[in-house]
Amino acid sequence: MTDIKITIIDREGISHEIDAPTDMNMNLMEVVRSYELAPEGTIGICGGMAMCASCQCYVLSDHELPEMGDDEEAMLSEAFNVKDNSRLGCQLHISEDMDGLEVELAPEEA
Amino acid sequence: MIKTDILIIGAGPTGLFAVFEAGLLKLKCHLIDALPQAGGQCSEIYPKKPIYDIPGFPEVLAGDLVDNLMEQIKPFQPGFTLGERAETIEKLDDGSFVVTTNKGTKHHAPIVAIAGGLGSFEPRKPLLENLTKFEDNGVAYMIKDPEVYRDKKVVIAGGGDSALDWSIFLSNVASEVTLVHRRNEFRGALDSVEKVQELKNQGKINLVTPGEIIGLNGTNSLESVLIRKTSDAKEDITLAVDAFIPLFGLSPKLGPIDDWGLEIEKNAIKVNTFDYQTNIPGIYAIGDVNTYPGKLKLILCGFHEATLMCQSAFQKIFPDKKYVMKYTTVGGVEGFDGSKKESPKAVVKAIE
Repeated sequence: MTDIKITIIDREGISHEIDAPTDMNMNLMEVVRSYELAPEGTIGICGGMAMCASCQCYVLSDHELPEMGDDEEAMLSEAFNVKDNSRLGCQLHISEDMDGLEVELAPEEA
Repeated sequence: MIKTDILIIGAGPTGLFAVFEAGLLKLKCHLIDALPQAGGQCSEIYPKKPIYDIPGFPEVLAGDLVDNLMEQIKPFQPGFTLGERAETIEKLDDGSFVVTTNKGTKHHAPIVAIAGGLGSFEPRKPLLENLTKFEDNGVAYMIKDPEVYRDKKVVIAGGGDSALDWSIFLSNVASEVTLVHRRNEFRGALDSVEKVQELKNQGKINLVTPGEIIGLNGTNSLESVLIRKTSDAKEDITLAVDAFIPLFGLSPKLGPIDDWGLEIEKNAIKVNTFDYQTNIPGIYAIGDVNTYPGKLKLILCGFHEATLMCQSAFQKIFPDKKYVMKYTTVGGVEGFDGSKKESPKAVVKAIE
């Protein structure tokens, strides 16, 4: 099996259940972009370097996700609309353990 | 009024390389950028990160790529208007354009090339209810003249280099400096972190971590801020201040270009793939700022787009001139500064 199911609630509140490939070296931000669940130019602005917070999302399911790296933690400490379950999508590499993951995209920074 | 042949908006890698390609065609360029230095994202966001897909460079740091481009275009003496954002564009009767920046600097050129990347970098503003009321009335996102804060009570928010560096600097200017950050850890140069620690120990900087500014108060101008300590024992502190400086970094915004009458799709400017011209003849868009079917936001694609744009711009400026592209290996590079680079002549000599 190379695809997993992920539920993504977009910024309009609409829920999408999508297939995410585990064998394409993709992260969650890129998956969101590939399905165009947020307009281009409003997500993944820095390209995935944890240097903006445009891919911030809230993790709703209780999956064990990889721990935050220093860059992600530092960026989230400067971001807005941050909650305890905030993560940067670009730092979440799609893997089989994420099957069934449910996330909500954080609002776009004004 | 600054006059040039091609006015380039955005001094990132694509805009810089356009100067080179224009120079080969003897066209002069002037660049406008909202940032105080050239290089765009490469200098501002990730100067120390390596790039692996610049043809001919197995690995190059973004900052070094910018340095190399600056060196490459030096003979073509580009002009720069830095730290100013292109605000308005006006088309004159002869088809040329006047672009005015937010500081009122006017630029006149027959061709405008927008190489604006993700847009101009604007300070990220915290989400506080009455923030705009206090803008320029106690709240500032950039420090232009530190003397403004002489003997004032200042609170700075943020956890990066600029928050650290300005806290250090203002500790000698302001009567009181408070630094508020959501975490105990700061992300900055080691020297700066250590210096802030030292100043904190000496009582010259009040450090509030982990904490967050959650409210602003004042009748006409800012009088106090409400700080929430976000550690286990939550407590709110009202701190009397004259100035609040949130330093949360910069985020790119397409900004005023959005109102120039250009066709926008997916937060980017639509162009044709023949010469990267927009829906307004004479205005081109190259690099990350444009979009077309199959677009990839890669520096190497920006270089290609810049090259084709210059050819088209030349035709537009000199509709009657005949021209064929010449290899630099053949024609060399003749700078506007009188310099000339060319390949050394082969020796023709008999071997006896």
